[in-house]
Amino acid sequence: MITIDVDMDKCQHYGQCVFEAPDIFALNDNDKLEFVATANDSRRSDVESAVDVCPMQAISIVE
Amino acid sequence: MSKSVVIVGASMGGLRAAEALRNNGFEGQVTVIGAEVHAPYNRPPLSKEVLAKEVTHDAVAFKLRTQVEDVIWHLGDPATSVDLETQVVTTNSGKAFDYDGLVIASGLRPRTLELPNGKLSGRHTVRTLDDAIRLRTDLVPGARVIVAGAGFIGCEVAATARGLGCEVTNVAIDSFPMIRPLGEKLAAELQRRHESHGVSFRLGHGIKDLIGKDSLSGLILDDGESLEATVLVEAISSHCNVEWLANTNLDISNGVLTDSALRAVTTEGQSVEGVYVVGDLARFANPLFDDDARRIEHWNIPTETGKRVGAVLSAYLEQADNFAELAALPFAPLPSFWSDQYDMKIQGFGMPGLADRYELADGELSGELVMAYFRNDVLIGVVGIGMTSEVMKYRKQLLGT
Repeated sequence: MITIDVDMDKCQHYGQCVFEAPDIFALNDNDKLEFVATANDSRRSDVESAVDVCPMQAISIVE
Repeated sequence: MSKSVVIVGASMGGLRAAEALRNNGFEGQVTVIGAEVHAPYNRPPLSKEVLAKEVTHDAVAFKLRTQVEDVIWHLGDPATSVDLETQVVTTNSGKAFDYDGLVIASGLRPRTLELPNGKLSGRHTVRTLDDAIRLRTDLVPGARVIVAGAGFIGCEVAATARGLGCEVTNVAIDSFPMIRPLGEKLAAELQRRHESHGVSFRLGHGIKDLIGKDSLSGLILDDGESLEATVLVEAISSHCNVEWLANTNLDISNGVLTDSALRAVTTEGQSVEGVYVVGDLARFANPLFDDDARRIEHWNIPTETGKRVGAVLSAYLEQADNFAELAALPFAPLPSFWSDQYDMKIQGFGMPGLADRYELADGELSGELVMAYFRNDVLIGVVGIGMTSEVMKYRKQLLGT
């Protein structure tokens, strides 16, 4: 399993991560980010892509 | 003997290319040569958080993933030349680096005004972390700040400086702030919002000279008006860092021309095997729009180009069977940009600057909104202030998905 962390002080809810891993990241009805904090190792590549595309660099994989 | 890659440029594009080489199975030596002493860091905070509070390199640095642990970082020593025949990059200190694959990722530096009385303290640019830290010490409450240039970075600096209690005037030759990407209607509205936050504008004007002896005390505009100023931030445009390529036959007339595989192209129009371009310098045709090769100075481009180059270059170096196939794949990244000014979240996709027509697609011009941009009646860009979910629908349409 991998553990995902989003620094909510940095996050501006731009939602770029949603396109890379829609099963893990989503914008709710108020356009605020929600995410699942753990995922299978098989999701690592897409979560890394989500980390890459976040303009605020708010997402990390906790190693 | 195993092959090696030299990446010239240690910012986001260089880092993403290094990661992508490893992710695509390249196991040879990777060396990244950087002009700055810092390991790669994220630049958007430089015009915002880094100016507003004490931010260290750690806070903005990209996390180095395990796959790039063995990359050699040669920092604080810029590349000064390359010999494409013998495949050697030389740096300012005289060190030489042999390569089998070369990645050009040396990026941009800010252009500064050439003025008769130009050698004064108080002049700033905002490209590097060190630039931003220097500027921060001058942005004290009550400081009279002139921002030259009304693009996104100039406007972000103006907004941040107002938030810090500085008196801010924006001077630009453009008729409205951010008009080139956004069009007149939205640009005029953003000017109104900046003015409501206390920023003064002198648009349609250039700076003729500075006033002051050792340190800046003011400046003179091209119409003769003089303005008091202790700080001048120059955010006018950029130079391409291509001087180190001057003795090559590459087309460096504007950035570095590439083919769709991001291989550098010569002035004769020939792709150079093993030489690739990443980030702000890459001038490529994007099939999402047309056949015109353009450089795109948006934040997502270093990542998109870095990943592409990592995949193609690793296949080239490993002489993979699918190299020709990979190199021939279309490359069509959607330009994406973001800008935080005051409480506004501006985000855009596509190339709104190419539009011949635009319309308010959602929301209110004076509030949150979505503006859609068209060329020949085809959607070519979208810009939102807030309304993220609505903007995303247009993003999908731009990607044709």
